[in-house]
Amino acid sequence: MGLNNGESSGAGLLEGSVMVTRLDEVTKPGGAQGIINWGRRWSIFQYPFVTACCGMEYMSWMCSHYDPGRFGAEAPRFSPRQADVMFVVGTISHKQAPVLKRVYDQMCEPKWVIAFGACASSGGFYDNYATVQGVDCIVPVDVYIPGCPPRPEAVLDAVMLLQEKIDREGPERWARREAASK
Amino acid sequence: MSQAILERLKERYEDGVVETATERGDDCAVLKREILVDVCRFLKDDADFAMNLFVDVTAVDWLDRRTPRFDVVFQLKSITKRHRVTLKVRVDDGDDAWVPSVTGVWRGADWFERELWDMFGVRVDGHPNLRRILMWDGFEGHPLRKDYPVAGRQPLVPLRKSEVHVFENNPVDPFVVGLGVVREKSDGDA
Repeated sequence: MGLNNGESSGAGLLEGSVMVTRLDEVTKPGGAQGIINWGRRWSIFQYPFVTACCGMEYMSWMCSHYDPGRFGAEAPRFSPRQADVMFVVGTISHKQAPVLKRVYDQMCEPKWVIAFGACASSGGFYDNYATVQGVDCIVPVDVYIPGCPPRPEAVLDAVMLLQEKIDREGPERWARREAASK
Repeated sequence: MSQAILERLKERYEDGVVETATERGDDCAVLKREILVDVCRFLKDDADFAMNLFVDVTAVDWLDRRTPRFDVVFQLKSITKRHRVTLKVRVDDGDDAWVPSVTGVWRGADWFERELWDMFGVRVDGHPNLRRILMWDGFEGHPLRKDYPVAGRQPLVPLRKSEVHVFENNPVDPFVVGLGVVREKSDGDA
């Protein structure tokens, strides 16, 4: 469980292993979204799409020293169908772009993308014939992490930003996502 | 040390060696294309030189600055003798842009020669499998040639418009070479 006893999730309280929430939180229009978001926010399983040197930093972030388990994000899923967020870690070449797009398409909604590092965010200093100038040219990106490579703290910050973003999401997400994917 | 190699090559091949140069301990011989494979076999088999490691083959594009246009550069090394030498062959554009394959001498030259073809468009005569190695089938042009457009991207999937950052001089839209779809040059392009 991501929350300590008695901590407010915005949707209710945890007492032991039981979550307590108000009925009207659930029944009001969009009310259940709070609980749903709470669940999603604390179980962001990642698909690591690791292509380059940022991968080393990703590995260090994934280990116990920085403990992404605190954010429910410690489980990498190597099947995109089981993953919630795709970490694009490293340079993406145009030759590789179809693979990235395909993996993204195989992920089930709701899904998010984090661009890890300068190359994934913008192509970095690889402004040439081979390199995609930011993975948002291929798939929609939710959080960009600057750095070459990013500090692990920056990655933690990105995960928390993603949690905040998930927390704000409602049905309108789908309309927006649909528009963005075109 | 490997200047001895240059001397020996000049003595053995006479006119086949166009020129030689020594720069800070690196020795280089410019050869005529006809003798390249023979020189390679000689350098590999000769007990004094024993060039048993084929390090690399690449090219230098002297577009608009020199004719013939390309230097094809071979780097050889002897692990046992601890010396190395550079061989160059000058080839021109078009039909003349070819070198003989040295895969018969060093099997390991295979992928390097494919890279030479892929990046510079210098054909390798006698190569067992001369296909692109880094770029994909259907890629147009040879990206390390100086006349390949700086922003000549050939995306394989349709590109979205970036939501967050827009680089004025670094647009994401494709610049497809040779297909008639050409992005207008912006001021920042070289």
